[in-house]
Amino acid sequence: MFRRKSAWVVVLAGVLGASACRNDMHNQPRYKTFAATDFFGDGRSERPTIEDTVARGQLHLDEARYTGKVNGKDVDYFPIQITKADLERGQERFNIYCSPCHGRLGNGHGMIVGRGLRQPPNYTDPRLMDAPVGHFFDVMTNGYGAMYSYASRVANDDRWRIAAYIRALQLSQNAPPDLARQQQTRNLRTGQGGPAGGMK
Amino acid sequence: MAQLFRPSSNTIAKVSIAFVVLLAASTLAVAYIMDRGPWITDVRVAPEQPVYFSHKHHVKDDGIDCRYCHTGVETSHFAGLPPTETCMTCHSQIWSNASVTQPIRDSWTSGKSIAWTRVHDLPDFVYFNHSIHINKGIGCSTCHGQVQDMPWVYKVNTLYMNWCVNCHRNPAQFIRPKSEVFNMDYKYPSDQAQLGAQLVKEYHVQSLTDCTTCHR
Ligand code: HEC
Ligand code: HEC
Ligand code: HEC
Ligand code: HEC
Ligand code: HEC
Ligand code: HEC
Repeated sequence: MFRRKSAWVVVLAGVLGASACRNDMHNQPRYKTFAATDFFGDGRSERPTIEDTVARGQLHLDEARYTGKVNGKDVDYFPIQITKADLERGQERFNIYCSPCHGRLGNGHGMIVGRGLRQPPNYTDPRLMDAPVGHFFDVMTNGYGAMYSYASRVANDDRWRIAAYIRALQLSQNAPPDLARQQQTRNLRTGQGGPAGGMK
Repeated sequence: MAQLFRPSSNTIAKVSIAFVVLLAASTLAVAYIMDRGPWITDVRVAPEQPVYFSHKHHVKDDGIDCRYCHTGVETSHFAGLPPTETCMTCHSQIWSNASVTQPIRDSWTSGKSIAWTRVHDLPDFVYFNHSIHINKGIGCSTCHGQVQDMPWVYKVNTLYMNWCVNCHRNPAQFIRPKSEVFNMDYKYPSDQAQLGAQLVKEYHVQSLTDCTTCHR
């Protein structure tokens, strides 16, 4: 009789044990991404890179492409080739990262503006119509006034694609008859930024 | 000598057989329910967070895309949690005096990260990767449920191995067009079996059930 009872206890304990226990292997002595640590003073297991470190593939010598400027002046051409696929990528990225404030049309009426954020300018503002594309790249990279930098979230070349899409938005909404042609000749003159039809 | 067993013993014997069977069954049932229920799995239990951050407000009401904050999700194993700077892009200006957003400003001025409590936490012997799922047409809501309706995030799936493997055996059940991956309101069409099979072919989706896929 006793033997049988204790057998039941063992079975019961076994069933409960098997179902309930998280064992040690679930949490091993290593850090998951972003896990906290008390080893470093700032509590992060993720270490910032040491200043002046250049990771593979991050030696950014092409000044125009990585700063949007040449000799301290915003460039007025696209340092990467812009194809239709790039423009679509630009649209997608714009809708993710910019439209909450600038609105899908770039008119400055994004959702967050309705909740009290400072109204950003409309992209069809004459000053922005005339601004070189490097300016848009610069705004995304370094921020502008009340707007923070998006460099940590939008990859370098994607910033050019967004700039191209902003140009497309501007032209589609407010194209003075000869502006598209002007833009093309400008690209032709500088001889850069890929084919003149880069805005397609 | 009196009879050892009275007639009623018959009934007792029958009832106790039934009782033993019931006991065994209910023990198993209790164990199973506990194993699959919130007490062990934390499904539908939202942990306390250091800031009252609401996906309902930010995603549903304000229309912010997942990738605005979870930037790694398309390209890396880790979806990424937003640094304080991301919150500041808006909260430097809006709700910038409220006490609910005070921890954001504290973190910004002190440089100390906001320590979010993990909601999903696979055991360390399991390898998981977001980007492959996103790029093969598995949507956020398939695994995470209706996050846009959650004031506090909770799990909707156990993340048990049978859950992963159920999909890996036959991804056609859950696959959707890549353009719909971030659509939180996506509804599977009635001809999912057909569409699924077609997408599996189009995206070259494999059925990965080798142990080493996830245990490496
Ligand atoms: C959180 C809201 C917000 C988001 C998101 C945002 N911006 Fe802005 N942006 C602003 C505000 C506010 C201004 C006006 C800044 C000022 O004048 O102080 C502005 C200004 C600008 C300007 C005009 C600069 C000038 O010369 O006047 C450009 C161009 C711009 N943003 C581009 C972008 C792009 C591209 C993105 C996406 C990568 C983006 N913004 C995302 C809020 C935002
Ligand atoms: C404004 C920024 C923001 C946006 C937009 C956002 N999230 Fe989050 N998300 C967070 C923060 C902050 C946390 C950590 C706090 C928490 O768990 O509630 C988080 C946590 C999560 C978690 C739980 C992570 C864990 O600990 O396991 C999931 C899942 C998640 N988000 C999914 C989504 C999905 C899906 C979307 C798009 C529909 C989305 N998020 C949009 C900021 C954001
Ligand atoms: C793109 C802009 C934007 C970003 C980025 C953002 N928020 Fe918000 N947040 C808002 C808006 C708008 C509201 C007002 C909510 C409403 O009324 O719909 C808000 C409200 C809040 C509130 C007040 C409580 C509530 O939900 O009503 C808290 C707390 C908060 N946000 C925390 C955060 C945290 C933490 C982050 C960073 C992970 C963050 N927010 C990032 C726009 C933003
Ligand atoms: C195939 C299922 C699946 C899909 C699809 C999925 N997730 Fe996850 N997610 C998980 C699992 C599993 C974890 C837990 C990972 C861990 O513990 O290491 C997780 C964790 C997270 C976390 C916490 C941080 C991290 O990476 O550990 C966030 C944030 C998140 N997911 C957001 C998203 C968003 C946004 C999407 C859609 C773009 C998404 N997830 C799509 C299964 C999924
Ligand atoms: C809803 C469906 C679904 C669920 C749930 C799911 N997966 Fe997947 N998983 C996929 C698909 C589809 C692929 C891509 C297969 C391919 O490569 O063609 C994949 C691929 C993977 C890969 C391969 C990545 C690589 O680099 O080789 C890993 C690892 C993985 N999944 C782990 C998991 C884990 C762990 C879970 C559970 C926590 C899980 N998955 C849940 C559908 C799913
Ligand atoms: C699609 C991903 C995936 C595949 C494939 C997979 N596993 Fe798992 N496995 C998991 C996950 C996720 C868990 C953790 C479940 C949990 O939270 O307890 C797990 C847990 C386990 C555990 C339990 C450990 C414990 O503490 O409970 C064992 C044992 C295991 N797996 C063995 C295997 C074997 C053997 C195979 C091959 C036949 C395999 N796994 C294939 C995802 C996978």
